[in-house]
Amino acid sequence: MQKRTFFQAGIAALIVITAIAGASATEKLTGFKSETVDLPFGDRNFSGPNADAINNNCLSCHSAGMVLNQPAMPRAVWQAEVDKMRAVYKAPIAEGDVKPIVDYLAQLKGPH
Amino acid sequence: MRTLRVETSRRHFLTGASAAGISLIASRAFADETIDLGLPDGVGTRPIVKNYLGKGPMILQRTRPPLLETPFEVFDKDIITPNDQFYVRWHWANLPGEINADTFRLAVRGQVNTTLNLSLKELLAMPAVETVAVNQCSGNSRGFFQPRVAGGEWANGSMGNARWTGVRLKDVLDKAGVKASATAVRFNGLDEPVVPDGPDFMKSLSIDHARAGEVMIAYAMNGEQLPYLNGFPLRLVVPGWYATYWVKMLNDIEVLDKPDDNFWMAKAYLIPDTPHASMKPGETGIKTVPINQMVPRSFVTNVKNGATVSAGSPLALRGIAFGGNTSVRKVELSTDGGKAWREAKLEIDAGKYSFRRWTAAISPTKGANQILVRCTNSDDSAQPMEANWNPSGFMRNVVEATTVTAS
Repeated sequence: MQKRTFFQAGIAALIVITAIAGASATEKLTGFKSETVDLPFGDRNFSGPNADAINNNCLSCHSAGMVLNQPAMPRAVWQAEVDKMRAVYKAPIAEGDVKPIVDYLAQLKGPH
Repeated sequence: MRTLRVETSRRHFLTGASAAGISLIASRAFADETIDLGLPDGVGTRPIVKNYLGKGPMILQRTRPPLLETPFEVFDKDIITPNDQFYVRWHWANLPGEINADTFRLAVRGQVNTTLNLSLKELLAMPAVETVAVNQCSGNSRGFFQPRVAGGEWANGSMGNARWTGVRLKDVLDKAGVKASATAVRFNGLDEPVVPDGPDFMKSLSIDHARAGEVMIAYAMNGEQLPYLNGFPLRLVVPGWYATYWVKMLNDIEVLDKPDDNFWMAKAYLIPDTPHASMKPGETGIKTVPINQMVPRSFVTNVKNGATVSAGSPLALRGIAFGGNTSVRKVELSTDGGKAWREAKLEIDAGKYSFRRWTAAISPTKGANQILVRCTNSDDSAQPMEANWNPSGFMRNVVEATTVTAS
């Protein structure tokens, strides 16, 4: 009896899954619609008097939210992040802009 | 042809006001719906966006390139994650403005007898296969790492479970005829670096893995063509492996005669070659390997941490579990800190790589009740009681704790 109840419950669950997942396993996609998109560029800039370097160098690859959502981390971690962006991801950051960017990050997201 | 646009009012407002600085934008943005992810040490508030290129409500982790997290309550509704709330993660912001379904071609080249340029129509004409499988970001739950680490600060929603339809990678490779010199297969998509010389995102699998039969080139997700943000028109499906291998907008397959030394295999997505990919902060000299197979996880989905419940009456619990690289053997609960465990009931099995619903009931006692949930997979790998740590925030699978207060 218990076995039967469990079986019935299983069938009911299967039907629900099939309904939610859309087409059943036997239906087949017959074609594709082309896609045209307009991707958003970014939602925020960095603020303050020392934000020029970070705004000019960082926002072409990623929006500011990537940084603003980071937890507080030591200056050395921010230095390593900026070094990684230059060395690995080839961010064309001028030598003279590195310190202002690290300073800004350490001030904004350093342990206080 | 369909055109997807971001809600223009929001976009124009944000662009226009950007010069005014963070505080103003933040206050306006936060006036919309937000969510607090409850990350340790804070900075867990994120906007909920409701129309990001056709997606439903999603947690906005990053606008560009898009990182969108699935709100956790979605996982309580069904073991299948709907396309419009399936999480999104891209590495580079140069994504094509248009993908033409008629002219799109998938190249198969390198150590093969015949180079192929397959149209979507040709792929549709091949034998179709289907599998339900979990796709999980390597860094899912990174935001819970302590000490915190840099990266996409996800809560637990950079994962999803879908029914994938497509063709076997093996069949496509056989069609091209793999040469005896083949050792690895590399996958590339339409996404491109923003900066010159930036490393194009590519991943590879060993030739044996590629030809074993489970790896799929998917053209459908939950019965529909893939959403643009989830990799239209084709993505690799690598059941049991982390999502970094599930290359999106797949348009190039290259069979290599030597191991792949490209940046994304040799330098990125590396884990400590230790149990649970765990190490101590600052520890050096640790051997690393490319991240690979997933590990078991389980979650309570119907009761939130911090919820208030009735003391003395049974509390019905349900949730999801997945075994990682194999099926779920059992899900257990503990309400005494992990001393005693009771098995939950497992619901329908949709396949070894799928989410599996579990149900159970506990009797909360007055005061705080901590509920622990632990999945053990069919290889007898169980979730650990202690959280792992590594500097990239990969492979978190600690036993999750949900605390409720009964009154």
